[in-house]
Amino acid sequence: MLNAYRSNTLQYDPEGCINCGICSVVCPHGVFATGDGVAQLVSPQACMECGACQLNCPAEAIQVESGVGCATAMIRAALTGKKEPVCGTDSSSCCS
Amino acid sequence: MSEYKTTAGTGDRIHPTTSTITFADHWGHFLARWGYRRGEHRVEPGLYGLGNPSPDSPVFVTANYTLSFDGLRSALAGFDGYILVLDTEGINVWCAAGKGTFGTDELVHRIELTGLKEIVSHRTLILPQLGAAGVSAHEVEKRSGFCIEYGPIRVADLPKYLETHEATPEMRRVTFTLRDRLVLIPVELTHVFPALVISGVGLFLLGGLLVSLAVVSAILAGVVLFPILLPWLPTPNFSTKGFILGGAVAIPFVLTAFLGHPQGAWWVKAGWVLMGILVLSSVTAFLALNFTGSTPFTSRSGVRREIFAYIPLMAVMFGTGLCMAVVFSLLRVWGGR
Repeated sequence: MLNAYRSNTLQYDPEGCINCGICSVVCPHGVFATGDGVAQLVSPQACMECGACQLNCPAEAIQVESGVGCATAMIRAALTGKKEPVCGTDSSSCCS
Repeated sequence: MSEYKTTAGTGDRIHPTTSTITFADHWGHFLARWGYRRGEHRVEPGLYGLGNPSPDSPVFVTANYTLSFDGLRSALAGFDGYILVLDTEGINVWCAAGKGTFGTDELVHRIELTGLKEIVSHRTLILPQLGAAGVSAHEVEKRSGFCIEYGPIRVADLPKYLETHEATPEMRRVTFTLRDRLVLIPVELTHVFPALVISGVGLFLLGGLLVSLAVVSAILAGVVLFPILLPWLPTPNFSTKGFILGGAVAIPFVLTAFLGHPQGAWWVKAGWVLMGILVLSSVTAFLALNFTGSTPFTSRSGVRREIFAYIPLMAVMFGTGLCMAVVFSLLRVWGGR
């Protein structure tokens, strides 16, 4: 596998876009840019699936399987059989 | 630690605060960076008054993690305003947004609890941009009547942002500078500290100084060198970056082992070299993969692909190396090789 991060779960439906511009405001990686009629998906491969665009899109024109890209939490979840990993207050948390 | 600053009993809904970071605050930040009492670096959730705020003053929203709250109030030196602190259980804004505690429900709840509507005359909240992963702006407006304005990612950009209330594209992009990566090293070290001590001492007793130093170096490469060198290591995947770094760190140790035994059979020496590279690079690669959660750019689907592709490879490499070590050690004991 050359690049595990080349594709992701981000899906954008320009038909549903109302051009409010919030997606290009909230995205920390410049995935969206403002366009003339609708938002432009300019660098989809930079998406880290944080989910901010989907959550803030009032037209529900963006879909993404959001989650935390943290191997520690995912491996721990796989070993303990618990459900989807999130950062916690425990000492082994991945977030600082 | 006196980090849970309480003003209960003063009768005030608005807790006074300043932009001054005291020595005690700095010491608390230092301990937080070292992961000491990780979940306890909290401020009391609620409404804080910075300087002399009036009903027209802006309202800034943050998490109840000391580093988040202190970063915000110190960046706002000279400004009058309100700071609405959400209960994120002592977790920073972005991580808390990811798990939903810095979220729509908590924000709406905190607005009601503090009686913010009676305190300010306007209906605008300034949130850190990274809080957007947990907060739905239109949902908050519908439920509380407050409009959300997403400010810049970094508090350092706030004074500039407040001049126009327009963020530049740079203010909206997350970065991961050398400094950002360096501050993560202490907590990474505390995570591997038990493994470091056990393998360091255990392997010294079992295999001697060279073996012990080699494994300790591979672990330190994963948690210290890897964060520093991250942008310069070739290949996009963290695991392969780790294999490369671990392999490079292994070179001086396997060379020492190879050249240090000129009388040994060539295949025994080659075996030790191969074993060293297999074990050391898989250890570093595993730690490198675990650094994904500390970065601000790895996607969940990408990390999942990495785990499925490389964890089995790491396990096979480590297992093969370990088996070789046992066989060669037995050969050495029995055959004097």
